Amino acid sequence: MAEEKKPKKERVKKKYPMPEQPPEERIHNFNEVPIGQTEDVIKKEAQRCLQCKPSEKRKLCYDGCPVGIDIPAFIKKIQEDDLEGAIGIIKRYNNLPAVCGRVCPYENQCEGNCVVGKIKDSEPVAIGRMERFLADWERARGVKAPELPPRKDKKVAVVGSGPAGLTVAADLAKKGYQVTLFEALHSPGGVLVYGIPEFRLPKAIVRAEVSYIETLGVKLVTDAVVGKSISMQELSEQNDAIFVATGAGLPKWMNIPGENLNGILSANEFLTRANLMKSYMFPDADTPNRIGKKVATIGGGNVAMDCARTSLRLGAEESWIIYRRTETELPARIEEVHHAMQEGVKFQFLTAPVKYEGDETGYVKKMECCRMKLGEPDASGRRRPLVCPGENFELDVDTVLIAIGQSPNPIVPQTTPEIKTTKWGTIVVDDWQRTSMKGVFAAGDIATGDATVILAMGGGKRAAEAMDRYLSENEDWPAPETWEQ
Amino acid sequence: MYEIVSKKDLSSDIHLLEIKAPMIAKRAKAGQFIMLMVDDKGERIPLTMADWNSEKGTVTIIELEAGKTTKQLGMLKVGDKLRSIVGPLGMETELENHGTVVCIGGGIGIALMYPVVRALKQAGNEIISIMGSKTASTMILEEEISAVSDVIHICTDDGTKGHHGFVSDILKQMLDEKKPIDMVYAVGPIIMMKVISDITRPFGVHTVVSLNPIMVDGTGMCGSCRVSIDGKTKFACVDGPEFDGHKVDFKLLIERNRRYLEEEKRSLEKFDKEVQ
Ligand SMILES: Cc1cc2nc3c(=O)[nH]c(=O)nc-3n(C[C@H](O)[C@H](O)[C@H](O)COP(=O)(O)OP(=O)(O)OC[C@H]3O[C@@H](n4cnc5c(N)ncnc54)[C@H](O)[C@@H]3O)c2cc1C
Ligand SMILES: Cc1cc2nc3c(=O)[nH]c(=O)nc-3n(C[C@H](O)[C@H](O)[C@H](O)COP(=O)(O)OP(=O)(O)OC[C@H]3O[C@@H](n4cnc5c(N)ncnc54)[C@H](O)[C@@H]3O)c2cc1C
Ligand code: FES
Repeated sequence: MAEEKKPKKERVKKKYPMPEQPPEERIHNFNEVPIGQTEDVIKKEAQRCLQCKPSEKRKLCYDGCPVGIDIPAFIKKIQEDDLEGAIGIIKRYNNLPAVCGRVCPYENQCEGNCVVGKIKDSEPVAIGRMERFLADWERARGVKAPELPPRKDKKVAVVGSGPAGLTVAADLAKKGYQVTLFEALHSPGGVLVYGIPEFRLPKAIVRAEVSYIETLGVKLVTDAVVGKSISMQELSEQNDAIFVATGAGLPKWMNIPGENLNGILSANEFLTRANLMKSYMFPDADTPNRIGKKVATIGGGNVAMDCARTSLRLGAEESWIIYRRTETELPARIEEVHHAMQEGVKFQFLTAPVKYEGDETGYVKKMECCRMKLGEPDASGRRRPLVCPGENFELDVDTVLIAIGQSPNPIVPQTTPEIKTTKWGTIVVDDWQRTSMKGVFAAGDIATGDATVILAMGGGKRAAEAMDRYLSENEDWPAPETWEQ
Repeated sequence: MYEIVSKKDLSSDIHLLEIKAPMIAKRAKAGQFIMLMVDDKGERIPLTMADWNSEKGTVTIIELEAGKTTKQLGMLKVGDKLRSIVGPLGMETELENHGTVVCIGGGIGIALMYPVVRALKQAGNEIISIMGSKTASTMILEEEISAVSDVIHICTDDGTKGHHGFVSDILKQMLDEKKPIDMVYAVGPIIMMKVISDITRPFGVHTVVSLNPIMVDGTGMCGSCRVSIDGKTKFACVDGPEFDGHKVDFKLLIERNRRYLEEEKRSLEKFDKEVQ
């Protein structure tokens, strides 16, 4: 096909700006930071896209998308004023666009490959913002439940209601399976409700997503810890297949002296109190979350940024990020780092705590830190942080939040010896997301270790396809030896 | 939503509630607990299952008014519904035939001890129960515990019933008299469990205590409930709540349970004003 001739016109180099709550204002509330763009602006943004064709020579936007959304195609629809068509394309690949449009690390994915962004002084096309706009536009009009096929007599249990579980529940319900979704907590959504704060991801969006899958006929059972309230054995007797997506929620510790002092919390405890238990409404909500004057958050990922920014909103006077590498290596989304800096979060790079000291009542008051320098790259390609001996120093702190990662939730594997795990505690799966227990599939953080929403969602999509195949045509299962390595 | 199907006031501030929760009732074991939430804005609090009935699909809890949530719970009526109840959580009691077991409950700890005493009795142990309360009118479950014990001792702080003094006095006397005791099971105020553990240590009597740290999820995801056992950090909600009393760092537990004293006070004052 011949290349279409593009009309010559002045290129807009920068993304159309996203209006945001000003930092001075937003650190006193939990409302979402970006306010949203208008249809008009989004259509102009869509005009910045060059509609690149597949190429051997270089990676393009969709190569960077973990679920391979046909990005040029949905942007084309926007250019053609067909918003419904545009969101339709996204939803073929992504069940949770309103969520991903807010929390995906686009800069390392689609937008990182965008050709426009490679042009001198140019920013990539704002793909994430378009995704967010389209999803919100659709939700505001009311998402119609699709026509469901006749109900199949096959039953499926989904364990865990994070992005992976929600995806499998929706996809299999749409295919006519009878799906029951089990969740340990009292509200569904996984990290989307207990971890990621309201100011980044309004909980109304998660609720809308959950109501949608309920309209598809999915039965939701909250307050059910699989392995404790009901066993995997019982589930497998009552169902034809099981999907496990219990996530990575087990807090990691540094195991240094003084870590059990009052005022030192895991990121999970702090964020669960703040988000799931709504401690920002205390005493109108019952769960307290005491915040000190000077808060130190250990870590540099999204979880750490969420802790540092939540601390400010709960009234901390100073909020510090203590990170053992430098700004360049921060694993958090770039937007979160910018927002944190605008809000006054302070960063102490090349630093790690070695011990904590408390006062007479058992509250932390001081943190001894060591300085670090960057050495040779490690297996992950990032430069390894090394301790500079003899350069320790002290910081006064009264709250410390540990955000150095989460391990896989152990309850299901621990109570189900048939399910093999790796030495990191993740569930072993094959390319079809099958586990070593026949009829049981797994995806999301429980299979990958703590990762991202889009990867969990994508793993869920693959699992749903494989489960449909297993339930409808092929009940073979890999031989026991397959799982031995 | 989980309905309250029966309720009994055991004393002015101790209440027994039977709650419809079939999934939990089916799997409950002695020593385990549930987490419950009264309403949407409520706190998740842990309570031991004092009893359960898998046919009726109910679990029974006995609770002492300690603050806002337990007070609110005590005001609920039959037919009222709870926002959330999840369980059974924690490890179950090791129910072997140890021989002679002394079971010690202080205050609300008597309720926590009841299912364990019953199960230990069923496992063939000889049971000596020691129960303590502030005063005669706050003594609970005397009949129930008598029915599953071989010997029972009652103590009150003010001497209005039984021995005038502490449960630990009776235990100390038994140990000094060289009564053969294979195990001690103690549950109650932290300071009581500490004293009991200190008393049994020189005699080398295996002592199990049931710890009550502040919890949030109750499933091992937050670490609010961390305790130090033999110098190692454990999560009481998944590794406990029962631990070897000789290895527990009680000082840490006492400090950690004071984390939210100011907030707890504020919350209770607000509630008291509202219900007046
Ligand atoms: C604070 C925070 C911020 C983050 N920010 C971002 C971000 O900006 N962008 C991004 O892409 N990713 C982010 N992530 C990572 C992302 O949220 C996760 O990768 C993703 O949620 C994993 O999805 P999942 O479905 O595998 O599991 P989860 O979302 O962890 O959900 C698992 C669910 O299973 C339930 N469960 C566990 N055990 C049981 C059981 N035995 N029985 C029943 N239910 C059980 C849990 O309660 C939970 O609800 C963040 C994570 C955190 C913690
Ligand atoms: C495994 C376990 C089993 C328990 N079983 C029982 C029982 O059967 N009957 C009973 O009456 N009590 C029991 N408790 C104690 C009970 O959970 C607390 O009394 C209750 O949470 C107090 O809440 P509140 O809002 O009424 O009072 P608050 O004013 O909030 O607190 C009063 C005191 O209770 C403790 N506490 C507060 N919040 C929590 C929390 N989320 N988790 C644990 N402790 C907390 C604190 O040390 C505080 O000083 C148990 C505790 C644990 C850990
Ligand atoms: S209560 Fe959260 S880990 Fe035990």
